[in-house]
Amino acid sequence: MSAGGTNSFAPGFYEGDRPRIVTSRFGLEDSHTLARFVATGGYEGLRRALGRPAGEVHDEVRSATVLGRGGAGFPAGTKWGLTPQEVWPRYLVVNGDESEPGTYKDRLLMERDPHQLIEGCLIACYAAGLSQCFLYIRGEMALAQERVATALNDAYAAGYVGRNILGSGFSVDIVLHWGAGAYVVGEETALIESLEGNRGMPRLKPPYFPAAIGLYGQPTIVNNVETLANLPWLMVNGAEAYTAIGTPTSPGTRMVAVSGHVKRPGVYEIVNGTTTFRDLLFGEEFCGGMRDGRTLKAFVPGGGSAPWFLPDQLDLPFEASQVGPAGSMLGSGAVMVMDDTTDIPRAALTLTRFYAHESCGKCTPCREGGTWLERILSRIVDGKGTDADLDQLMEVGQSICPGAFPHASSERLGINATPFPYRMNTICFVGPSAFAPVHSALTLFREEFDARVTRRIHIPVSAVGAAQ
Amino acid sequence: MSTTETNAGETPEVPVDPNAVSISINGRSVAARKGELIIAAADREGEYIPRFCYHPRMSSVGMCRQCLVEVEGPRGPMMVVSCMTPVADGQVVRTETEQVKRAQEGMIEMLLANHPLDCPVCDTGGECPLQDQAFSHGPGESRFVEEKRHYEKPIPISDLVFLDRERCILCDRCTRFAREVAGDPLISFTQRGNNTQVMTFPDEPFASYFSGNTVQICPVGALTAQPYRFKARPWDLEQRESTCTTCSVGCRTVVQSSRDELVRYQGVDSDPVNWGWMCDRGRFNFQSVNSEDRLGTPLMRRDGSLAATSWSVALDAVAREMRSGGAVAVLGGSRGTNEDAFMWGLLADAVGSTMRDAQMDDGLPSSVFSLPQATIDSACAAGTVVLLAPDLKEELPVLHIRLRDAATRHGLRIIEIASHDTGLTPHAWRSVRCEPGAQQDAVRSVLADAEMSAQLAGGNVVVVVGRANLAESAATTMAALDGLLSAVPAATVLPVLRRGNVRGALGLGLAPVDGNDTASVLEAAAGGKVACLVLLGADPLSDVADADLARRGIAGARFVVAVDTFLTRSAAQADVVLPAAAYGEKDGTTTNLEGRVSNVVQKITPRGTSRADWMVAAELLHLLGKDAGVATLADVQRLMSARFPAFGAAAASVEVRRNGVVVTSGGARQPAPAVSVTPRSSYDFRLVVSRKLYDLAVGTAQSPSMANLAPGAAVLVHPLDAERVGARDGANVKVSNSHSSVVLPVVSSGAVPRGTAVVPFNQPGADVRGLIRRGEPVTDVRIETV
Amino acid sequence: MARLTEENVRLAQEIISRYPRPRSAMIPLLHLAQEQDGYVTEDAMAHIAGLVGASPAEVYGTASFYEMFKFHPVGRYVINICGTMSCALAGAEDLMHHAEEKLGVRMGGTTDDGLITLERAECQAACTEAPCLQTNYRYSFRVTAESFDTLVDDLRAGRLADEIPPHGTVARVRQHIPADKGAGVHAPEDVKSAPAWLDGKAAL
Ligand SMILES: Cc1cc2nc3c(=O)[nH]c(=O)nc-3n(C[C@H](O)[C@H](O)[C@H](O)COP(=O)(O)O)c2cc1C
Ligand code: SF4
Ligand code: FES
Repeated sequence: MSAGGTNSFAPGFYEGDRPRIVTSRFGLEDSHTLARFVATGGYEGLRRALGRPAGEVHDEVRSATVLGRGGAGFPAGTKWGLTPQEVWPRYLVVNGDESEPGTYKDRLLMERDPHQLIEGCLIACYAAGLSQCFLYIRGEMALAQERVATALNDAYAAGYVGRNILGSGFSVDIVLHWGAGAYVVGEETALIESLEGNRGMPRLKPPYFPAAIGLYGQPTIVNNVETLANLPWLMVNGAEAYTAIGTPTSPGTRMVAVSGHVKRPGVYEIVNGTTTFRDLLFGEEFCGGMRDGRTLKAFVPGGGSAPWFLPDQLDLPFEASQVGPAGSMLGSGAVMVMDDTTDIPRAALTLTRFYAHESCGKCTPCREGGTWLERILSRIVDGKGTDADLDQLMEVGQSICPGAFPHASSERLGINATPFPYRMNTICFVGPSAFAPVHSALTLFREEFDARVTRRIHIPVSAVGAAQ
Repeated sequence: MSTTETNAGETPEVPVDPNAVSISINGRSVAARKGELIIAAADREGEYIPRFCYHPRMSSVGMCRQCLVEVEGPRGPMMVVSCMTPVADGQVVRTETEQVKRAQEGMIEMLLANHPLDCPVCDTGGECPLQDQAFSHGPGESRFVEEKRHYEKPIPISDLVFLDRERCILCDRCTRFAREVAGDPLISFTQRGNNTQVMTFPDEPFASYFSGNTVQICPVGALTAQPYRFKARPWDLEQRESTCTTCSVGCRTVVQSSRDELVRYQGVDSDPVNWGWMCDRGRFNFQSVNSEDRLGTPLMRRDGSLAATSWSVALDAVAREMRSGGAVAVLGGSRGTNEDAFMWGLLADAVGSTMRDAQMDDGLPSSVFSLPQATIDSACAAGTVVLLAPDLKEELPVLHIRLRDAATRHGLRIIEIASHDTGLTPHAWRSVRCEPGAQQDAVRSVLADAEMSAQLAGGNVVVVVGRANLAESAATTMAALDGLLSAVPAATVLPVLRRGNVRGALGLGLAPVDGNDTASVLEAAAGGKVACLVLLGADPLSDVADADLARRGIAGARFVVAVDTFLTRSAAQADVVLPAAAYGEKDGTTTNLEGRVSNVVQKITPRGTSRADWMVAAELLHLLGKDAGVATLADVQRLMSARFPAFGAAAASVEVRRNGVVVTSGGARQPAPAVSVTPRSSYDFRLVVSRKLYDLAVGTAQSPSMANLAPGAAVLVHPLDAERVGARDGANVKVSNSHSSVVLPVVSSGAVPRGTAVVPFNQPGADVRGLIRRGEPVTDVRIETV
Repeated sequence: MARLTEENVRLAQEIISRYPRPRSAMIPLLHLAQEQDGYVTEDAMAHIAGLVGASPAEVYGTASFYEMFKFHPVGRYVINICGTMSCALAGAEDLMHHAEEKLGVRMGGTTDDGLITLERAECQAACTEAPCLQTNYRYSFRVTAESFDTLVDDLRAGRLADEIPPHGTVARVRQHIPADKGAGVHAPEDVKSAPAWLDGKAAL
């Protein structure tokens, strides 16, 4: 397009010689076409899967510990096994609603390699006995929709999807469904509500774990696009090859989008569990350090919902069991980097505004509290805040997330980490996410707020009277 | 059940309830049942957990977060919403910890953040859960200093309900009710997040028959009812629990008054009956009791016109006519109490009258009560309900709600036999359309259908039976019922006769004797064979479908006495009019459609000198020298106990048994004769005259808020039939047969099958009744453009 | 105003037929309506209500939840400038001010000629290419004041007419499931047992 860069390519996709599981075709101009896909080993994983009993394929996925890439990191194979016995039909809902601030990977997977996703969906349906698949793509992603629609049409014509796939007797339809702009619909129960034609408001759990009661009240597997995109490779190369990459608790690779003040912002497929934030931000094969020779002030390690990290945490690897105790989470693979020029209250405001705006309005603390936080914060950013407002921010946060809230340790401030997760009074994570940036910013950069607010001056009532 | 062997002589094993669990709430051990919610278990134990969105009769949504409690979990105490979390054995629940208290205060503060706090001008102020809980569980002050949300204040969302979005706390109660309970999703949340609001679709008002319930369950003052707005403050209200007698469902209510004027009815949650719901007609017709047009003094005809007189003069005149030796007839009685009906039955006995009927030729023979009887609960719990009945949504709205709930949420299968689509059609498992007169054939086709007959053979069948069509004789329905019961002999029957206390009146002395029903009484009167015709809250000129017969009957009776609250069309023709105490002005008992006896109460002073019907009967008995010795309601109930022990016992206990006591007379089936109906000529339409909730009935027409809700007279036909007739929608057509003709606007409707014409009854506009003759089993008409 | 055209009703029916419950097609049909008229009209919502078996209030309730549906006419091109963190860190605020000035409208406003509506948007999943914007959901990356001006000039001159369809059209390619290739919908009431392939019947 005329304004700005090319559509999908960003530095980083094809640099270095790291293992590439899901981005292997990203360097090819025509990676989205059926011809190129098949020519580069596409649909081979499906063929192999169909050659084995479904239960065995499921076991393969289970033993590979394919962690969910949508945010929660729950192993896909285990999730598939949570469906109740003998309740049919079961559905697959593919979560392509990617909207978490900082997150940018599913769109690329859909635009650059739609057949890989389709193949992954088919493998999942086969292995878990799912009768129909609904591929829910975020509404604002026009190109992704066009690419996936084209890919599906081609795949149907070629017999990869639909009735009697590859003559195996396995039949499943993949229905392309598109959203219409609502971040919260990425939450799996809201996604199901939306797919049922309702307002995308999350359902409360229990009793509605989608694996047990999901779409139309039936057992439903919700998986992220990237999660499913891992399956073709896994089928071809096997669980052993998969787990040989990364660590036992975080095998394989994962896609991470690094944005903000680095030299080469981009989307990188990194080795799970071992790559550290320092590697990613400063390594030459990745972002290559800070932009304009500035220094790192803070970074958001796992999407806008995640509590912030400081340079103190740079040596942590992409491994949930280490990031959690350090006070944050890995979420959806999105790192946002702030250098020393960053206006911290303002940066926090951009995130809090996002979550306040995206609240579905279902639960009181998020609906009211999110906006309340945003209002106070923007007053402070505009230089109209008082020191009482700073306490009020924390108080409002307490009504959303009672008790201690996770944060990073800081040598400079002499504080220890409060580990993840937090307690919450809300149904889903949108409410807490509105508070997370406020809490991190206030805890780690209090002085920037103090400098912004005016002292509250108590005017005695008598003085007011005297002035009249 | 355990299978361990027990030897004789050992104490028999007490079966362990597999659903029983034990939890602890605030250290107290509480017995609960599997699947029950923590909040419900706590409610039972008197441990109040504050809440806004939770309502025990609707599915939980867990939105407001006010009911957060602490539950001991594997990783320490967890905050859970008690309205969504089911109990589990050994669960440890705490509702009063510091943590819980903070959460509750936090929620209240959030809810008040955007609330306008306009309590002094809010109808709900003083009885507002938000206000109350702000005091009991709130932080005591708000630190919200930002600008609040602003919306246009109150906007009418229907003729009856106003919405103030600034006060709304978005608990989803009204919207959930509309969707889930009423099945009228005409209001919905719109927008998102902090801008979420409840709204209707533009130009499509919340015209639900059940809209008033949303006002009642609104936990703030966001929804207010037009008839109650600014009428009273809660602290001025007095109230008593009663039973609505607008129709025969008999919803439990509280009747509220302020300064001796009725101001509001609210539904009471009676488990076997109404679950707290009411229909709008029942809820808002208190206005008619307050009407300026109420009768307050007796009237007597002098020189051709009615003039005020005293009770003694009026009663003397009536007694004189009754003593004259000519035949006395009593029509009506279903509007009053059991005691009213009983005393009038006694009076009829005393004057040797064989002419009495509590129905206006618009119901079914009272022999339906001698069939094995079902209750509302048993119908809802049945495997199959066969509907051989009018549109329950129009006639018995809360029964509709109950059956709808059973069908949509509990697997009840409804087989509907009806002439056109009804409110339950979308929820029916099978719908069979039949022309008027053809119900017997419809039943035969149901029985011949493999699936439906298998379903019926599955057992637990209830037949809901009523009079669906006033342009058709009741005999066809009875014959169809008979056919059904011979094939499914174990089925029970729920008769759905519509008038408030029709079942009580028929059971307590006002049922026809020797087949002398309203039609034959009117025929006799027309022939000059009735000396004194008493209209006991009855208005044959408006209500009897054969209008010609009603006119001849009233005109032919030598002396007509009307006991009524209003000067109805018939009362205006009477020789003596006695003002009757209305609902809310007298104590007593009533009997609902399932034979449930419950109490009705006096809340305000009767208008003028009006009296309860039973008092009038007692007075007349005295004047006739047959004093029954009753001076008080208790005296009447004693006498009633002697004659009708079951009713008497029930009446005596309803003060404490607030859900009432079912008195049924169910016995054996008596065969009903088959009816043969000549086929319709293909040029004709077969006429259905059926009721809508809103019509010209006095309680509705005299309630200003509902007076304009009647849809108006029209003839509904299938779109293709409208085309055949050559009439565009809304155009006037001539509907005629050999008796008469009438001009009505035509409405094409996919709900009506071809060949059938549906005309709503008793509507503003042209009167269709001239076409109907009582002697003919069905009514055929011709429709032409004019 | 406009109900769905006959052609679109046919499309709507095809879309509905892919779901076990017609109501699931609500959002796709709202997109169809918006594609037809540029925004979602009341008549279209009432029409859709009939097609999917919901009440118009429910259709509006659903539609108004989602950002993309407009209930009033908007410009032929809607430019959404992202203001969430990554874009903000890359100067989105300045870009927004520039855009307001260039177009002479505030955020949410439409230019006098009805061509362009300017909106502030949230994260567009292009964070590494910040600041970014979408024109009718087509991206521009690493936008500068100059490239923004070029974009607007191109739009005004009609140079992007091929690349960017008018507001309402999101994807120009639709899924089509040929009748002889489809596996069919699987509604809860129709399926009572495990799919055949789970019994080991499927093997190459
Ligand atoms: C507020 C919220 C937004 C979310 N957004 C997304 C999203 O855009 N895409 C996604 O795949 N998962 C998202 N998730 C996570 C999903 O709920 C769900 O866990 C995930 O789709 C499961 O797939 P996985 O197991 O393959 O990761 C979101 C969760 C929450 C609470
Ligand atoms: S936390 Fe916010 S977005 Fe999530 S359910 Fe509650 S109101 Fe909706
Ligand atoms: S009462 Fe439980 S969340 Fe509202």
